[in-house]
Amino acid sequence: MEYFIELLFSGLTRGSIYALIALGYTMVYGIIGLINFAHGEIYMIGAFTAYIIASVLSILGFPALSIIVLAGLAAAIWSSAYGYTIEKVAYKPLRHAPRLSPLISAIGMSIFLQNYVLLAQTSDFLAFPELISDFDFMEPIAHIVGTTDMIIIVTTIVVMLLLTLFIKMTRMGKAMRATSQDRTMAKLIGINVDRVISITFIIGSALAAIGGILIASHIGQINFYIGFIAGIKAFTAAVLGGIGSIPGAVLGGFVLGLTESFATGYVSSDYEDVFAFSLLVLILIFKPSGLLGKQEVQKV
Amino acid sequence: MNTFMKKTVIATLFSLSMSMVGLSQADTLKLGVAGPHSGDLASYGIPTKSAAELVVKQINAKGGVNGKQVELVIEDDVCKPEVATNTATKMVSEGVKIVLGHICSGATKAALPIYKDANVIVISPSATNPGLTQSGDYPNFYRTIASDDAQAAKEVDFALNTLGLKKIAVIHDKGDYGKGLAEFAKKFLEEAKNGEVVLYEGVTPGAVDYSAVVQKIKRSGAEAVIFGGYHPEASKIITQMRKKRMKTIFISDDGVKDKTFIKVAGKYAEGVYATGPQDNSKNPLSKEAIDAHKAAHKKDPGAFYENAYSAALAILNAVEQAGSTDYDAVSKALHEHATATPVGDIKFDERGDATGVGFAMYQVKDGKFVEANK
Repeated sequence: MEYFIELLFSGLTRGSIYALIALGYTMVYGIIGLINFAHGEIYMIGAFTAYIIASVLSILGFPALSIIVLAGLAAAIWSSAYGYTIEKVAYKPLRHAPRLSPLISAIGMSIFLQNYVLLAQTSDFLAFPELISDFDFMEPIAHIVGTTDMIIIVTTIVVMLLLTLFIKMTRMGKAMRATSQDRTMAKLIGINVDRVISITFIIGSALAAIGGILIASHIGQINFYIGFIAGIKAFTAAVLGGIGSIPGAVLGGFVLGLTESFATGYVSSDYEDVFAFSLLVLILIFKPSGLLGKQEVQKV
Repeated sequence: MNTFMKKTVIATLFSLSMSMVGLSQADTLKLGVAGPHSGDLASYGIPTKSAAELVVKQINAKGGVNGKQVELVIEDDVCKPEVATNTATKMVSEGVKIVLGHICSGATKAALPIYKDANVIVISPSATNPGLTQSGDYPNFYRTIASDDAQAAKEVDFALNTLGLKKIAVIHDKGDYGKGLAEFAKKFLEEAKNGEVVLYEGVTPGAVDYSAVVQKIKRSGAEAVIFGGYHPEASKIITQMRKKRMKTIFISDDGVKDKTFIKVAGKYAEGVYATGPQDNSKNPLSKEAIDAHKAAHKKDPGAFYENAYSAALAILNAVEQAGSTDYDAVSKALHEHATATPVGDIKFDERGDATGVGFAMYQVKDGKFVEANK
């Protein structure tokens, strides 16, 4: 039983990371129908920014808590700036082009950003500082679930709730929903669609940056390539949960993380990806729009 | 000058030259050197050529082997098996009885049957394919480098016999290098009577989290993990193990014995074991060999230089001990007489691997890899 609980938490931690990144994919897809392949790289840039800021602040002797907050803020802002710029440079000029063009542009952006960080920083693995120190009250269960695991899971759930509230309750959220339903109509009733799209990219990027910091301080290392696999898995999670749906992205992340974790625990980690992707295929066969996706009405 | 005189002179000259030929044949010992000396793999073969030249120069200056000067017969095999067979045939037809080479495992394997039929002894500084010695097909083959499985053998031996552990989890990164090592480690553990493999798993490199496999290691009750792979995965796994408050011993390979591992894993790296090539820098012969190269070529030696230097010394010493190039006598000498070389005092086991050459176990202590001598 203890083993089951351990695997459960391991899967939830993993799933939370996928979910945080998947939120960005799903939001962008929901609004403009684009799969933003550069999103994994935004996550990586967030981790790098936090690494640099945290290193500088710890040299200056800031207390631990302020380092987390400041590094987190800096990473979120910096990543958002990247997300915003990428949209303006790589996607906006292609808004009326066929759907394949922005997709190719996104893949190009992803490769560009990887190599840019490789050249600007290093190809080596860097030791990411342990920003989150272990809580004393967690010590009796530290062998089952660590402090960082707990923080990652809680953060993801809080972020999902806030985001859902934001989209349901605020004016901007309403504008986003309108844009996602029909962009031309939204424009006609006076919504600044470009601004909505920019904000979507900014929020998605900030979430990816938070994911970047959490996972980097969990595994203690970063390099320019970490965004690739995380991005692919998060994209899978978004599709699994129903791309375009926010609770769907989180659910998809958890399902994927738990599948991988239990596959490793009860079968073999050699088959971790086999199980994860078989599940994806199965779900898409029986529910093509994903777990919580809306059935798209074919327009005639 | 009359005809008689002429004839005498010619005859004398002729006989002289004949006897010169006879003398040179009797008085030189031919050492074949085969390896890539041109082409894209030349950088692996040229250091061996230099090593042979330097050793021979030194030995000839001291009067040679058994009173004979050593002569080098250098042939290029460009590391290709199909060329290596020609190289070997040429060596044999030139009357070479001892060969230093070949360099690449594939070329060596192709050439060995030809040498074997001609009773030629071959000593390689660099062919690491385990089968070359372990198959038993080539009793004429020796080498001064550890075979590919030597690291795994070292890891298993260290875990079972030095640390006295019984239950081992073998984890790898699914790559050629890591999985190859892990497979050997598993095989050796299964062959050993005093240990068992409680878990054998591959992990996906680059995954965001390894806690599931870490939990599995814990549940398997393993006392130690033998990990085949590189440092990024090793540091993630060790970090997550220690964060889960596991004290399981971690043993890995030279893909992990890297300062980046210590930098990234930080305090969690402490106590981790990793195998790495043995350190010869304290051996005066190693320094001598490297200095000789620097004096002759004005630069540091390249790949396998010390192994080649040692191989040349070992084979020439064996001929000296045997008193001739007789196959059985030289083989016996290689097995029985240790030679002092840059890689240590070596002789050869029954399979032809140099004893004492290979990998040492290191442990992280205070942020540095130091040789583990427990």
